[in-house]
Amino acid sequence: MSLGIVMLVHDALDRAEQLVRHWATHGCPVVIHVDTCVTRKDYADFVAALDDLDNVKFCKRRNCEWGTWSLVAASQTASEVLLGSFPDLRHIMLVSGSCLPLRPISEMLAYLQDRPQTDFIESVTTEDVPWTIGGLDIERFTLRFPFSWKRHRRLFDRGVEIQRKLGVKRKIPGGLVPHLGSQWWCLTRKTLSAILNDPQRPVFDKYFRYVWIPDESYYQTLARRHSTRIESRSLTLSKFNFQGKPHVFYDDHLQLLRRSDCFVARKVWRYADKLYDSFLSDQQLVVAGAEPNPGKIDRIFTKAIDRRTKGRAGLYMSSRFPSEGYRGNLTAARYTVLEGFAELYDGFDDWLADTVSARIHGHLFAEDKVHFAGGGQEFFGALSDSANLRNYNPTAFLTNLIWSTRGERQCFHFGPCDNQDVSWVMAKDANARIYVVSGAWAVQLFHSNRSFPDIRREAARLQKIESEHLTALRSGYARARTQIWSLADFVLNPTELLQNVVDDIGPRTPTPLINLPRMKPLQGFGQFLQDLKNQGMHPYLMGDFPAGHDLVPATRIQRKPYLVN
Amino acid sequence: MSIWTSYRLRLKRRQCHIRAFRKRRELTQVANRTDAIRPGDILSFSTIRNECVRLPYFLSYYRDLGVNHFLFVDNGSDDGSAEYLSEQPDVSLWSTDASYKSANFGVNWIGWLQRKYAHRHWSLVVDPDEFLVYPFCDTRPLRALTDWLDNSGVRSFGALLLDMYPKGPMDSLSYAAGQDPFDIAGWFDSGNYTITRNPKYGNLWIQGGPRARVFFRDNPRKAPALNKIPLVKWHRKYAYISSTHAILPRGLNLVYDQWGGEKASGCLLHAKFLDTFSAKSAEELTRGQHYADSYEYRAYHEGTRESTDLWCSWSEKYLNWRQLEMLGLMSKGNWA
Repeated sequence: MSLGIVMLVHDALDRAEQLVRHWATHGCPVVIHVDTCVTRKDYADFVAALDDLDNVKFCKRRNCEWGTWSLVAASQTASEVLLGSFPDLRHIMLVSGSCLPLRPISEMLAYLQDRPQTDFIESVTTEDVPWTIGGLDIERFTLRFPFSWKRHRRLFDRGVEIQRKLGVKRKIPGGLVPHLGSQWWCLTRKTLSAILNDPQRPVFDKYFRYVWIPDESYYQTLARRHSTRIESRSLTLSKFNFQGKPHVFYDDHLQLLRRSDCFVARKVWRYADKLYDSFLSDQQLVVAGAEPNPGKIDRIFTKAIDRRTKGRAGLYMSSRFPSEGYRGNLTAARYTVLEGFAELYDGFDDWLADTVSARIHGHLFAEDKVHFAGGGQEFFGALSDSANLRNYNPTAFLTNLIWSTRGERQCFHFGPCDNQDVSWVMAKDANARIYVVSGAWAVQLFHSNRSFPDIRREAARLQKIESEHLTALRSGYARARTQIWSLADFVLNPTELLQNVVDDIGPRTPTPLINLPRMKPLQGFGQFLQDLKNQGMHPYLMGDFPAGHDLVPATRIQRKPYLVN
Repeated sequence: MSIWTSYRLRLKRRQCHIRAFRKRRELTQVANRTDAIRPGDILSFSTIRNECVRLPYFLSYYRDLGVNHFLFVDNGSDDGSAEYLSEQPDVSLWSTDASYKSANFGVNWIGWLQRKYAHRHWSLVVDPDEFLVYPFCDTRPLRALTDWLDNSGVRSFGALLLDMYPKGPMDSLSYAAGQDPFDIAGWFDSGNYTITRNPKYGNLWIQGGPRARVFFRDNPRKAPALNKIPLVKWHRKYAYISSTHAILPRGLNLVYDQWGGEKASGCLLHAKFLDTFSAKSAEELTRGQHYADSYEYRAYHEGTRESTDLWCSWSEKYLNWRQLEMLGLMSKGNWA
């Protein structure tokens, strides 16, 4: 006999019985504490069922509540019974009624045999622990906690608040240094009896009675006082979620648990038959002598906590709908918004599709319909091209599109003729890359055959809309990366500016642009603007186009000057 | 929340209870096996009308998940549904010929049964064409989920109603009793849902999917709501307001996270669009017993007459819950 078990049980007595039997029949004496929440009859049945095992004992029952002293008191009572009844134990382990041994007991005994002086107890100082619930760390030890966190949350919080205001600071007795750690330990007989027989124990017990969650600090702190050799880790694999509740293992974790090589896992769902059957059977295939390696399980649970607390950015669904201000980025991935390019160039989309590796849409927010790349009626995620459906919730249309196409860069055209509901939305989205050639819509008017008063009215309307849009892009709230060029600036030097756009989207080949799309003819455009001015309208978004002569677009590829020294 | 709003919502909840109490007289008991309900059992509640062909698969699906007892209200079936159900050992059945519409689309009847039988039980309210898919449903029974929810202090579990449809015209393949409907209607829309928050009750209002895409193109506002809260740890003080879309007290509607995280949620696969659909929509048109003057059914009927195909080239083929999880239609939350 070298390992004794202290087991705390409060429900699932059938499973607890199975576990007790497993420990006891493999040579580990067990002392059981049963919570008083178990009815008298169930308790009597439980005791009777274990009657045939002579190395199983029960201790005095008490009412246990999470986070209170009662759990420590229960384990103390049980430990005293265990130490008193079985004098030749070397290690004592604290487990619960849902802690499942994952490796044969014989292996565990051999492991402990090799480390006879070692106490396995996770024990770290408060400064080093990130898992504090309710924002309490060192205050666990310096305030009093007379109210239950579970049942009287409001009183609990008020109590903390008042004590903080009053500056209450309890003195930590006897030079103890507060340590925290997993409540499931495996201590040597020497250390445990030193803790229980400490002459100062009444003082310590009195102090810890009003510490918060003493079951995570009592033994952890006192072991530091008595132990000669602490291995600060628990032999029990136990992961907690963000609420401080233990994660539960199910049948589908079987392989994962097998490969973890941990000795004991907490906590296992009571109906996980496959787990209980396979780990409590005697024919197990486990690599003997392996060190516990819970890394993979850790990763899975860490990921689960991330999913719960951070979620997937840019996703809106039935269980994730962040309020504005908490959503981080609006969308899931970067996208490019092009304004004015389609109006200025012929065949711009085809050229861009050849140049960059991205999906090039038309005007997604056009009045008549959604112009998807390829002109289909539907797109990724079965988004419809109906303008009605899109206008019903344009923001959702945008976030859906970007979410469904993650992994592929989306580019689309936007302009003053389109639905402007997303203007601010895009401006505030850090994923948006917006390139604007302001006033380019005038080129289209310039080439149209409409009557001049008509054109003048339309120009005034579009200029007003675009100017409001530019205000959004330039506002202090904007988070999109934006570049705005006036039409005149752009026309004078299109190559470099287009190169910027292409570089950001991701060119198919990392070489400078070798061909450019064909710009629409601008002969007489300056005069056209002058005519608008003469009609009393002031076109200013295009920049300066002299009325007398035409700007010459530098469409030829500029090569680096060839210098000879 | 102001005291005034709180008071009005309480009044609204009380009103739901009173209506349910008054409507109890419309229910005639056909088979009552509720004595068999044990503490902690998971109960399912449904209203049906002429669903005989769907019932065998419905019952076997939920029995496999671990529902312990089924409570049905039969609203005037004449296809043998009642006879079939009354023979099942784990089913209790009530029948009524009263108006579905005036019983708030069945909510009042179900509300009464829940008040009477569901107190402190996990209660699942689903139609016979709705199939709950939750994280790990292929390896863990429903009890694993409810135990976990209990443990985490969560009282309600949300789901997206996911309309499933076949490839090709709806009546091209016929559905036989006991068959998995998703062998036929195995396609869905993965990413065209729009969400707004209902400020009054705090629930989300989700619309979209194939019904919005095809039937409600011209009037998206009228498209049916797809947000559901089918699984609730019931207390007799609770009340559904309209179908399972919203519930009081308001806290139960918070099945979504508002700070950027994701809560655990599922999908209700909706096997509505089978060959049985056009007959059903024709009948419902003349009965006029459905929501908003059966606007939905009118729109569908105009669609189905030309054998509408809901399928498009971007439709997704249903594989399993992990696929729905990856597409972002449901979430594991922190259940691992």
